[in-house]
Amino acid sequence: MGTKLLTYEKKDTWIDALCGVTKLVFFLCWSITSMMTYDTRILALMLVLSLIIFKVSKTRWDQVGTVFKFILFFLCINVIAIFLFSPNQGSIIYGSSTPIFTLTSRYVVTIEQLFYELNIILKYFTIVPSVFIFIVTTNPSEFAASLNRIGISYNIGYSISLALRYIPDVQDDFRKIKNAQMARGIEMSDKGKFMDRIKHTAAIIFPLVFTSMGRIDTISNAMELRGFGKHKKRTWYMARKLQRNDYIVLIVSILFMVVALGITYADGSRFYNPFL
Amino acid sequence: MKKFGIKGVVATGIGTALFVVLTQVQIPLVIVPNTALQVRAALLAFMSAVYGPWVGLIMGFLGHALGDALFYGSVWWSWVFPDAVFGLIVGLFVKKYAITEGGFAVKQIVTFNIVQVVANAIAWILVAPVLDIVIYAEPANKVFAQGALAFVANVIIIAILGTLLGVAYSKIGARSSSLKKEN
Repeated sequence: MGTKLLTYEKKDTWIDALCGVTKLVFFLCWSITSMMTYDTRILALMLVLSLIIFKVSKTRWDQVGTVFKFILFFLCINVIAIFLFSPNQGSIIYGSSTPIFTLTSRYVVTIEQLFYELNIILKYFTIVPSVFIFIVTTNPSEFAASLNRIGISYNIGYSISLALRYIPDVQDDFRKIKNAQMARGIEMSDKGKFMDRIKHTAAIIFPLVFTSMGRIDTISNAMELRGFGKHKKRTWYMARKLQRNDYIVLIVSILFMVVALGITYADGSRFYNPFL
Repeated sequence: MKKFGIKGVVATGIGTALFVVLTQVQIPLVIVPNTALQVRAALLAFMSAVYGPWVGLIMGFLGHALGDALFYGSVWWSWVFPDAVFGLIVGLFVKKYAITEGGFAVKQIVTFNIVQVVANAIAWILVAPVLDIVIYAEPANKVFAQGALAFVANVIIIAILGTLLGVAYSKIGARSSSLKKEN
């Protein structure tokens, strides 16, 4: 369990001072735009913008570095897999084929394929900084409050709140149980046969799940006693009023999404085709 | 369908936390490189079977989205929704398993496994690849191969760990069956 999770850290920047709901709306607009568009110009612009925001938010490299290396690894696998499975995807999309060199009769590297895969890489890189920024600058308690603000039922907001609150506790339980089982002589390394590994994993999972089930009973009893869910609405201690900066960011995010998608779909296709 | 009450809220919250933590616990398949059995899939099946469709749906969605965001810094939406669909389908038949009533015997185990295979098929062979194509415009044969692989891996781990969790919890956690109604 050596991996570092991304966590919130308080900083004195204007991004940090924004309301959770503002950051959530920005994040959603940004994700939707990045998912929908295959327009290289917009993706490139988004990449530049996200790097600027990343800089402004004063997020440090050591907060996100480990996770970033993970992503690079998956990105490489994905890009290679796409080429292996479908070396002509680019030509199909862009309607032309310009070979550069031939590996085998099936695997001909074309400019179109490289361009298509470049777009996929760009898509990854535009989305990653926004997730990083969102997680390291948003206070978890305020996040739950802001979900309620955009119309999501407070029950679900409370579930998320609970989840974020208990992730460190569950992680702690996990570590303790693992150490206890190792002390009892159960092999936890990568060695061992397949069925043995499942058995050893079960030796951690069972106590972990069952203590958590006990925890669910305790917490729900406590909440029931305090009358949770009695009213249709509830207030949030961490909720904040929207300030001038919030309105600016909200308007800019939504405008950006509309304009970007407008440009993307202006010619009827989500792909930007430089080969015409 | 059970209402999403206090117990549901808490079960979803804690279940999501467990799901996120278990993101890191994977058992590699020896046969195919770079694929692993996701222990968290068994957890999702188990929680849905105990607490019903709403918990399964929301826990699958939140758990996958949060787990991906916290561990990998990116959310692959086309793979988040299948987990939600899977939790929902397994949870729909919550009454049939009778886990909390202490009645998770052979017949219920068979039902649970039939449902999980069907739910996995819908989630990973249908929903995930289709969303991959619609949202990310990835090559069809690649995403269907990935989906099929995920399907096989999840069916295996849930058939083993998910079933065992159900059996064990049905024995330990069954409190309602020890009380009899007095006439």
